[in-house]
Formats: sequence, C-alpha cells, structure tokens
Amino acid sequence: MALEKITSVSGAGVYVPGNEIDTDRIIPARFMKCVTFDGLGEYLFYDVRKNENGSDKDHPLNDSRFSEASILLSGANFGCGSSREHAPQALYRYGFRGIIAESYAEIFFGNCTTLGIPCFCAAKEDIEAIAASIEADPSVEITLDVENERIRVGDQSYTAVVRETARKALCEGKWDMIGELKEGESQVAAVVGKLRYMAR
Amino acid sequence: MSQSLFEKVWEAHAVKELSNGQTQLLIGTHLIHEVTSPQAFGMLRDLNLPVAYPNRTFATVDHIVPTDQRQEPFADPLADGMVKELRKNCEETGITFFDLPSGKQGIVHVVGPEQGITQPGTTIACGDSHTSTHGAFGAIAFGVGTTQIRDLLATQTMGIGKLKVRRINVNGELRPGVYAKDVILHVIRKLGVKGGTGFAYEYGGSVFENFSMEERMTVCNMSIEGGARVGYVNPDEKTFGYLKGRPYSPSGDDWDKAVENWSSFASDPDCQYDDVVDFNAEDIAPTVTWGINPEQAISVEENIPTVEGSNESDKDLVAEALEYMKLPEGQPIKGTKVDVCFIGSCTNGRLSDFEEAAKYLKGHRVADSVKAIAVPGSQIVDGICREKGIDKVFEEAGFEWRGAGCSMCLAMNPDKLIGDQLSASSSNRNFKGRQGSPTGRTVLMSPVMVAAAAVRGEISDAREVFGVGELVNA
Ligand code: SF4
Repeated sequence: MALEKITSVSGAGVYVPGNEIDTDRIIPARFMKCVTFDGLGEYLFYDVRKNENGSDKDHPLNDSRFSEASILLSGANFGCGSSREHAPQALYRYGFRGIIAESYAEIFFGNCTTLGIPCFCAAKEDIEAIAASIEADPSVEITLDVENERIRVGDQSYTAVVRETARKALCEGKWDMIGELKEGESQVAAVVGKLRYMAR
Repeated sequence: MSQSLFEKVWEAHAVKELSNGQTQLLIGTHLIHEVTSPQAFGMLRDLNLPVAYPNRTFATVDHIVPTDQRQEPFADPLADGMVKELRKNCEETGITFFDLPSGKQGIVHVVGPEQGITQPGTTIACGDSHTSTHGAFGAIAFGVGTTQIRDLLATQTMGIGKLKVRRINVNGELRPGVYAKDVILHVIRKLGVKGGTGFAYEYGGSVFENFSMEERMTVCNMSIEGGARVGYVNPDEKTFGYLKGRPYSPSGDDWDKAVENWSSFASDPDCQYDDVVDFNAEDIAPTVTWGINPEQAISVEENIPTVEGSNESDKDLVAEALEYMKLPEGQPIKGTKVDVCFIGSCTNGRLSDFEEAAKYLKGHRVADSVKAIAVPGSQIVDGICREKGIDKVFEEAGFEWRGAGCSMCLAMNPDKLIGDQLSASSSNRNFKGRQGSPTGRTVLMSPVMVAAAAVRGEISDAREVFGVGELVNA
C-alpha cells in the first residue's frame, strides 16, 4: 500500500492556548456514539466552542479570521486522557493537517502519526511568537518541515522536534504500518508458537 | 543479565524491528468494546482483511449501556445501534463476546481479570486508555487507538516504541482510612500528569506486596492519568491465588507449569531501572481532587490552592481550574457541597470497593440533597453483591443500585451530571465536562470518601464521619 510521503505541510494557523487540553475536551464523549468517524469534525472542541443553546462561545475556532486554518497551535501535554482516536479524527476531519504544541500525551501522538498528522514539539516562546504572527496576519503561511524539523512562518524559522520514529514514518510514507505488519505474518506465527498462552 | 518484567515480556513478544525504528510487538490478548472498535472493523472490511487470531480477542459492552433500563432496544437508538454492531462484528469473526445476556458483561477492565483472561507475562491491548489496569497481574497492557485496533485484528501485532521503566516504591504502612485510590492520587499529585510520559511504571514496596489484587488494579488503572501508558506490579502468590479456578485460567497440570512460567517474568531483584522514586506510606492522606486534572489533588485536610501561591508555570492552569470548579481559593476543601455521589468505574467498581463502602454506610442515610448511585463494574460483581446483601445496604442508605457499566464515569449513557452539579466520584478523570454536562464538576476520591460525602452532603473526611480505622482494626 503506497502512502503519501509527508515531508512537509503548510497552511494558515490558529492558536488554541492552554495546557493539558484533554481528548474529552477535543471531542466530548457524547459525540462518540457512532460507528464511523465521519462527521466528527463538526463536534471538535464542542463544549468550549458552543453554549448549551448551540450559540457560539468566544473561541479561536469561532473567529472567522482563522476559518482557513489547517495548522493548530497549543500548549503542553496536548491530547492527554482518553485513547480515543476520535480526537485526532475530529481534528483531521475539521481540516487540521499539522499540530504544534509544547508536548503531547503518548497515545494521542501515536494516533496522530498513524493518520499522517505531524505533531511538532516547539518551545513555549516560539509557539507564542508564532501565535503573535498569526494574530498580526491570520493568512500567514506556516510550514511544518518534517524532514528538517523546522517551522517556517513568513521569513522566520524555528527549531522543532518530531520524534524520530514519527519523522521517519511520515517522510518515508510509512505512517500507516498495516502493510509492514502483515508482511511479518510468518515471524508472528513463530513467536505465537513459543507462547503457551496463545494456544488457548 | 538481570531484567525488569517489562523487558522480559517485551523480548518474549517482539517480532521484528520496523522500518521506522519501532518494534512489531505481538499482543497476546486483545480486548475490545463498542466505542472504539466498530470503525476498526470497518477499516478491515475496506481492506478486505480477515481477523488473524479471533480466539485471542475478547469483547464486551460497557460505555454506552444504560444502567437502569437493561432491555433492548435501548431508548437511545445510537447506543442501541452500537451494541448491535459489536454483536454482528463478533458473530461474523468468531470473537468471544461477553454480551448482556451472558451474565458476564461489564467494564472491559473488570471483565478481563474476572474471567482469568488477564495473565502475568502476557501483552494486552485495548482501545481504551485504562488498559493499564491489567498490569496489576504483571502483564504489559497498552491503551491504543482505533487504527491500532485494526492492526491488532488483522495481525495480532502493533508497531510501538519501547518504553523506559520507572520503579515506584511505596514502603511503610498506610494509615487507617487511606486506600489504594489515595496512593495513586498522591503519586500523580507528586509526579504530575505528564511525569510518566515515555515510561512504564513498575509499582513495588511493602504497600503493594500487602495490597489485594483489586487494590493493585486501582493503582495500575490510573497510571495513564500520570502520563504512563503502562503500569504494573510483579506477579506473586496473590496474583496466582486470584487467578486460580477462573474460567480462562489454566487448570490441571497446566496450572503448575503456568505458575512457574508466570513467576519467571518477575523483575530480577538487581535489575536496573531508568528511574526510581520512593514514597512513604505514612505521608499519604485521604486525597481528593480540586481541579480539572488528576494532578490537581490535595489531602482532604488541606485548603484549596491559591493562584498566588502556585508555581509560576502552574498559575494559568490553577486559575482556569478554580474558575471552572467555582471553588474558593485558600478555603478548606472539606465542607464543599456535593450534588451527586458516584461509586463505580474501572478504577473502583469491584467487589471490595462496594464491600468496604457498605461496611461504613450501614446505619447511615444519604443526605436529602444528594443523588447517590452505586454501579457495579460487571454483572458478576453485581451478582456477588446481591448474594451478600451489599446492594441492600446501599439501597437502605439511599443509594440507587444499578446494572453494570461505565455509567457516570463518562457521558455516553443516560447517567450524567446536570448543569454545574458537583460530583463526588470514585472514577478516574475530573476533566471539564467529563461526567456529561459541559459545566459539570468532578471531585475524585476513594469509594469510602464518596460514601462519606453522600452522608454529609459535602466533601468530608471519612475518618471523621465513620470513624474509619477504628472499625477496620476492630
Ligand atoms: S469506567 Fe470510565 S474510565 Fe473505565 S473504561 Fe469505562 S469510561 Fe473508561
């Protein structure tokens, strides 16, 4: 299965400030009563974006200046909590193709990589500087250079960290592992054969 | 060479190195539930792939089942559709399903151990972050996303990077009225919600040696709240004693061989850990959360933190939490009015949790202003509680006794907070909106502390309300 090589993604950005933004906040559990991921984008950040009567709250994603954004910026430990892939799926279906944050929760990071969404770790000051550039010009193009672990914003450039396994997977078009896992079938059977409990 | 349990289990299950540098790891036991699996079955169908080892995947339904109305069709058509979808997927692929009519249904992390499916020295994965629970048996158990569920169904393996191991020792004796829940809330409070990123937590020391299997499960369950994807306790006689005679446990001659094999996985006494942290049991108090993540916790005797007095880097989050929780900074947490009390979940919804709370609830009444519900973690827990009359103790005290499921731990079934109700909850997450109302508030604590809050109608020190400790030692 040939996958796209994701060496860089570009687009306008939006800053959703805050640390410890958990997956319950990214997609509240009540919207997970579904058997497909279709349509989840609509409920992204629902409870912080909408009032109980459905009207808009003050939230960056409700600000029309950022309606074209495909790069999300946030704080530390982004995506903590539940393992729900519904969270990265909602981000993807809303239109996000890359994330910049100080750090990520592990399961969320892995889920994003498997969907081909690069998650960049950057310093707090740099995230704030990029946020200021977006504020000054919401259309400014942000490029996540996966190959070289750099973020470019207009003529500014920032260092970032993409975990090595994720960087390789994205750049080599191997972010979805199913093909490679399937290839190992006979080796899997050999390991299975050595484990008594697998026989039951 | 000496090795930790984590390294031994990893080595026994590693298939090969993948081109991205991760390891292809065999997952011996795969557990699924209705929320995160249907999309994975859909992906398999799209790729035209069969389930490789259907005898090594086990299913149950927990998140969306109503805990009052148990007959199908459920009032909520979406929930009803999800159960039917899982049933269909299991029938088509030959996966064992602990379905509602089986009498064995329950929260996936309660069912696995109860059936003897969770065993030492094995690898386990489930599309649910609290899969770390199963580590209580000396298994390495990962929470995974839906695409990985697809990988597991198709190959019984997944790609994953190796974790470091942090040994967490808790030595000494817990004070009366201090429970496993307090131990893990204390650990998370001290090491932080991101402290465990990249680590597996190995729990040890005299407190863990003395803990029952259910207490070990409570601690391992919340490893993920400390950022650690995996948490475990080395297997010992207690582990084997718990497993003996369970439906999926080995029996006859196989039993002795299995015990020998299981014992061989325990960490070698002189193995090297990537990090070691020590706690004194005596320093741990009945602990409650005051904020919007499990690290924001204090002893029930302490005051709610102030923004001013917090670390510079925490100030914003403290302010955000205080505003959301509508709690007065600098004031005692004790005495905070509660509206709802919930005992249940994969953290504290097992037999011993209800037994312990019932011991103290006897002869007390839930305050008139409080709605209190007790929700067993499985139909089997429910059955045993009924046999022992524990359900009656709860009901006589004014609790509603419900059917098994995740219930008010999260908002996928009819059990939900309303408006900004404050809930005293034995569950594991106090995130904004977690219990179903976008403005609902959650305070995490042990089941006995929830019982005390229910009786007083406010956050209380169970030791004062019930004389906890006096009874325990009597
Ligand atoms: S009880 Fe709560 S934490 Fe546990 S599996 Fe259910 S929803 Fe998740």
